[in-house]
Amino acid sequence: MNINNFKTVEITTDLLILGGGMAACGAAYEAAFWARKKKMKVTLVDKAAMERSGAVAMGLSAINLYLGLKNKKNTITDYINYVKNDLMGITRDDLVANIARHVDSSVHLFEKWGLPIWKDAEGNYINEGRWQIMIHGESYKNIVAEAAKKAIKELGENGEYLERIFIAEPLIMDNHCVGAAGFSTRENKVYIFKARAVLATMGGAVHIFRPRSVGEGLGRSWYPPFNSGSSAYFTIKSGAEMTSQEVRFVPVRFKDAYGPVGAWFLLFKSTATNALGEDYMKKHAAELKKWAPYGTTNPVPANLRNYLMMIEIEKGNGPIYMKTDEAIKNLIDSFTNKMAAAQKMKELESEAWEDFLDMTVSQALLWASTDVEPEKRKSEITACEPYFISSHSGASGAWVSGPRDLLSGKYHWAYDNMTTVRGLFAAGDASGASSHKFSSGSFTEGRIAAKAAIAFCADSSFRDTIDKDKIHELKKIMLRPLVTYSKYNNYSNDEDVNPYFIKPKMFMFRLQKIMDEYAGGTGTAFKTSKALLEKGLEFLHYMHEDSEKLAASDLNELMRCWENIHRLWQAEAHIRSVLFREETRWPGYYIRTDFPEIKKEWKCFCNCRWDLEKQKWEMMKKEIVELT
Amino acid sequence: MPSFVINEKCDGCKALDKTACQYICPNDLMVLDREKNKAYNRAVEMCWECYSCVKICPNQAIEVRGYADFMPLGAAVQPMRGTDSILWSVRFRNKEIKRFKFPVRTIPEGTLEPDAGYATGTDDISSPLLRTEPGSLGLSELPDIGCSKK
Repeated sequence: MNINNFKTVEITTDLLILGGGMAACGAAYEAAFWARKKKMKVTLVDKAAMERSGAVAMGLSAINLYLGLKNKKNTITDYINYVKNDLMGITRDDLVANIARHVDSSVHLFEKWGLPIWKDAEGNYINEGRWQIMIHGESYKNIVAEAAKKAIKELGENGEYLERIFIAEPLIMDNHCVGAAGFSTRENKVYIFKARAVLATMGGAVHIFRPRSVGEGLGRSWYPPFNSGSSAYFTIKSGAEMTSQEVRFVPVRFKDAYGPVGAWFLLFKSTATNALGEDYMKKHAAELKKWAPYGTTNPVPANLRNYLMMIEIEKGNGPIYMKTDEAIKNLIDSFTNKMAAAQKMKELESEAWEDFLDMTVSQALLWASTDVEPEKRKSEITACEPYFISSHSGASGAWVSGPRDLLSGKYHWAYDNMTTVRGLFAAGDASGASSHKFSSGSFTEGRIAAKAAIAFCADSSFRDTIDKDKIHELKKIMLRPLVTYSKYNNYSNDEDVNPYFIKPKMFMFRLQKIMDEYAGGTGTAFKTSKALLEKGLEFLHYMHEDSEKLAASDLNELMRCWENIHRLWQAEAHIRSVLFREETRWPGYYIRTDFPEIKKEWKCFCNCRWDLEKQKWEMMKKEIVELT
Repeated sequence: MPSFVINEKCDGCKALDKTACQYICPNDLMVLDREKNKAYNRAVEMCWECYSCVKICPNQAIEVRGYADFMPLGAAVQPMRGTDSILWSVRFRNKEIKRFKFPVRTIPEGTLEPDAGYATGTDDISSPLLRTEPGSLGLSELPDIGCSKK
């Protein structure tokens, strides 16, 4: 294995968009328009194929963020208050407001682009809940990708998108992000991208905590297994300030296949109970007062709903059931006419199955393999393993500049969505403390960030500061797992067991074991403490050392090596932030057993930064300034 | 084993420069065995069962056998994705079959217009208005936040 056999491809551009999911597609769509006016070049780099890339790859059955401002259905203030309460007061109002004032525009575009949205007889969107609308979304991502590709094409030779390239490292010069380095997962090529501005939109992180299923079902994480912490790694290793790294997300979903529960709770008005038939939300209503004012405000925050369920599981009162049979019966009973009731039943059956077939086919397969017809039999629900996803009810991501016109510029230090590193922007799961953006909001935030990034490009000069030696060094670092493998693999007669290296799969399992047992995964019922977290950090230290001995036999395994290096850094940012915040604020996400209560003095953001020069972590509190 | 390839039906996409499943898999799992000229899923435990390979296969050569660590055998869920709708067939362990059909697009693939007929209300890159706004919002201007007291 000679790294000189890998061709080095250098690409110079103005705006470099990293990722291919909803935020990246929104970014490409918006960037193309403004880049044409400013004569700028836009390059998008995706590790997969854009038409099925990112968390919306499989499709979705609902768009979870639509305000309906044109029909005066909601106000932006109501929305900010909803998000803030769900996150127990820890939210950047300015970022949430900025997304909320634009998001309807994105949804209207999706509809014009051909996305089938459910409508009532008057032609109005059908809501699932207050902020959610129902869609026939099997091809949601294909449609959005088509728009993004067409937008890039508008730029002619100044627009390009490259697929199957994995971005491993940022290029940083004097606190300025000047590009990114990666490699092809298809041919022996290393890519060096030099850019005026870089937008990180590579999604959240999965497979950091040990999943509940560890055989074939390892891949059946609720969020996709290909979201491997690349956004977090890229921004952390750029030296950017990060926020809310402790705010993981633990969704409660149908057990094992992790099918969505939103339609059942919101559209079908189902309840969930313990094995004794008791509604745990009613049974433990008094518990919510301990978490006031958030716990006593409707809707009850997602993490507290989880928490009340977890109390029942701890008492041994499981399984926990979604009463699908009862919900359907209640909906049918309102029809006195038999024909109408039969018709309604047929509709509900189709809606219930579509909910899974659009976005979690495995759940339909699980129902079929256990002969479950939801109108006849209830189904189990459970709390999944933790994920890092700031577009849902989690919040971890980079700390980004807010808009100039909100909060008198309190959080405005640069262009919208620029991190604390010049030229580095973040959106979607890559930007933190702006939860509940979901698919539509991530696309929208990508648009906001890309427009700002093109403005940044127009105002700044190109810095070609990456010399040949640096490029060679990056190439050596990126390809090291291939070199390690070829150097030592003949020593042992086992492909995976070798004292000189570690394969990425075992590296990932070790990380998952540490996180599960020390950082409050499902194995410890989401409980942790200072002593456990510090022990976990000790083991992560060995992992950092061992990461230099990762080995790859081919390009696919090389990608797996880098995905797990990325996961390791997200894991460390998480442990350090959970350790720093000496309280329990989201008991249904994790409990600090040494600080089991919520505390007023911790109503603040916990931010952190990897200091590139000192090579050490810096932890800090940041004040919360509110709009409402 | 999550997605798997039926030997008899797979022709290795011989007419294409790469197999369709290899092109589409978001987790880069599908590969072509050049000797056998058959595609296969190289790491089933990393498969999300997203069905992208199943839907795109020109020969309907890919199916999904549910994760064996929690799904009893015998069921199958198979789609046929057309230009404007998708037809799902759900076969239960007890052999019962249910079929569902859902729309996937309201206009043909390849025909969308990025601006969708909306004009952009500003040329100013420092304005908060985005491409196609305010028209695409259905409003005459960007909405006020409504809580600008601070």
